[in-house]
Amino acid sequence: MSTSTHDHDASTTETDRLLRQTSEGAQVLRRDTPAQPGAREIVLTGDSWPDDDETMIINMGPAHPSTHGVLRVMMELDGETVLRAKPVIGYLHTGMEKQAEQLTYVQGGTNVTRMDYLSPMSNELVFSLAVEQLLGIEVPERAVWARMYLVELQRMASHLLFQATNGMDIGALSMMIYGWREREEVLRLVESITGLRMNNNFIRVGGIAADLPDGWQQHTLDVLELVEHGVSQYETLLVENPIWQERTVGVGTITTDEALALGATGPILRSTGFPWDLRKAQPYLAYDDVEFDVCYGSNGDCYDRFLIRLYEILESVKIIRQCIERMPGGDYRVQDRKVTPPPRARIDESMEALIHHFKLFTEGFKVPVGETYSVVESPRGEIGCYIVSDGTPKPVRMHIRGPSFYNLQSMAAMVPGSFVADAVAIISSIDPILGEVDR
Amino acid sequence: MDDTTEIVVEAEPLVVAEPVAAAVVERFAGSVAVDSLGQSVVHVPRDAWRDVVAYLRTEERFTQCSDVTAVDHLVDAERIVVDGVTPERFEVVANFLSHPRNRRIRLIAQVPADDPRIASITPEYPGAGFPEREVYDLLGIVFDGHPDLTRILMPDDWEGHPLRKDDVDARIPVTFKADPGPR
Repeated sequence: MSTSTHDHDASTTETDRLLRQTSEGAQVLRRDTPAQPGAREIVLTGDSWPDDDETMIINMGPAHPSTHGVLRVMMELDGETVLRAKPVIGYLHTGMEKQAEQLTYVQGGTNVTRMDYLSPMSNELVFSLAVEQLLGIEVPERAVWARMYLVELQRMASHLLFQATNGMDIGALSMMIYGWREREEVLRLVESITGLRMNNNFIRVGGIAADLPDGWQQHTLDVLELVEHGVSQYETLLVENPIWQERTVGVGTITTDEALALGATGPILRSTGFPWDLRKAQPYLAYDDVEFDVCYGSNGDCYDRFLIRLYEILESVKIIRQCIERMPGGDYRVQDRKVTPPPRARIDESMEALIHHFKLFTEGFKVPVGETYSVVESPRGEIGCYIVSDGTPKPVRMHIRGPSFYNLQSMAAMVPGSFVADAVAIISSIDPILGEVDR
Repeated sequence: MDDTTEIVVEAEPLVVAEPVAAAVVERFAGSVAVDSLGQSVVHVPRDAWRDVVAYLRTEERFTQCSDVTAVDHLVDAERIVVDGVTPERFEVVANFLSHPRNRRIRLIAQVPADDPRIASITPEYPGAGFPEREVYDLLGIVFDGHPDLTRILMPDDWEGHPLRKDDVDARIPVTFKADPGPR
């Protein structure tokens, strides 16, 4: 990317400038991709729309294996071609936002971690950031870096699983096994740190639940080596593979304008050639201290989204290596007894500690009156948390902006004109997590 | 013991330092800009909702509607919002993001309980379609001008709006047996 400074002609819009800024040090994954082979373009308006008795409406899902859970898609077909597609959701609605109003802020993490179950720490992080903003507390350096390290681990795990399920949906079944294999190694590492494979509830208000265990550096380095080896295998297997390209290149294209208008974020927005990543654009944690590139595509098709997620694994590897090198010492959570429970040993010897512990886990801590919206780049895009507090230990309202919920809307722009089999590839490339869509 | 869990924080001073917020306040009578923990928030009158959003999109280059949601303030109805804004039961909240300017803004409108309606912003930002349906479904706020205002998360024949504070929990009988009592 050129970063020359003499480029200030009048036609340069601020968007262009921003694009250049954020893409500094970014990598364009495909610059000169040939035009989509055999791309089908269908524009139907008014008269050209086929009669009702020529089209057929079918329901795909909610129990279809390629819908990643319980997504139902209503599709209007003309022969094998999809004219319209409408996602129907709600099959996994469990009222988590209602639940959050009954839970204290201490218990809230357990609730939000179950929303996006492939990257639970992103949920915990965004929730914790929101509550910390309301409380006005600053977490110690070590907690900041440990959070970044953990979130990146899960970004890796999530993208590895995407590689697996995407391969499975498109028919590359060996890819499925490989993806699960590497993901399992990452989850084993996560388990050795947090005690759980998923739904960790490890990032908590005020820091993290426990310090990183002994030997985490070596264990992580071993896993990173495995992952890097895995990614190079996937590259060999898929990136140049003509069958793979046949199924993904030019399928499910979306433009930047459409993606922005439909609220799409994350790899979907980046696949259109818009290098927007909150980690770079609005840095939180210590992302402005580490070096990494934003991966973005150029065609906005399934192949680009696949590549972006593939290479973001390597970017996460970069970040994690820097975390290992530069992890600061010190406290891993705020030493404010109003927020952080005392260490177990102190409870036996100190009345104060016992009271603090008891109050925290029965009543919780009170959060000042206010409202805030915090955002984080999850593997799927912008995850936001809007909390309204009335000064009691329970929120008046806790709302999560799930990236999948918004990304799913972009399906309506991607699917028309493609075959039913391509619709499967498109749903897969959106990588929706229904737990987060329905909450 | 009383102060064990008490955290006292001074109320944020209300400063209008944000140019977009200031422009909105100047242009739309009745809007009030506040700074909420460093985030730019504008309380806009319900009638001007769609116009303010259109203004943000066309004039101020807010490229994306990040989020639309709503809050039911039944439990803290006596709250103080800001000077010049009469608190109502519902608050519709929308977050916008401008990529070219790299800044966010939040709009809040007060919606009364006896007439829970507000203009839809889906014609401006198609991405608001799903979240507005969600707000309608869970809180029962009607978005005028929404192309497809149907329930999205709850079943189509569901009665009531679950995120309302007066919606009764556990309304549907669950087949758990009663506690047999002490033996």
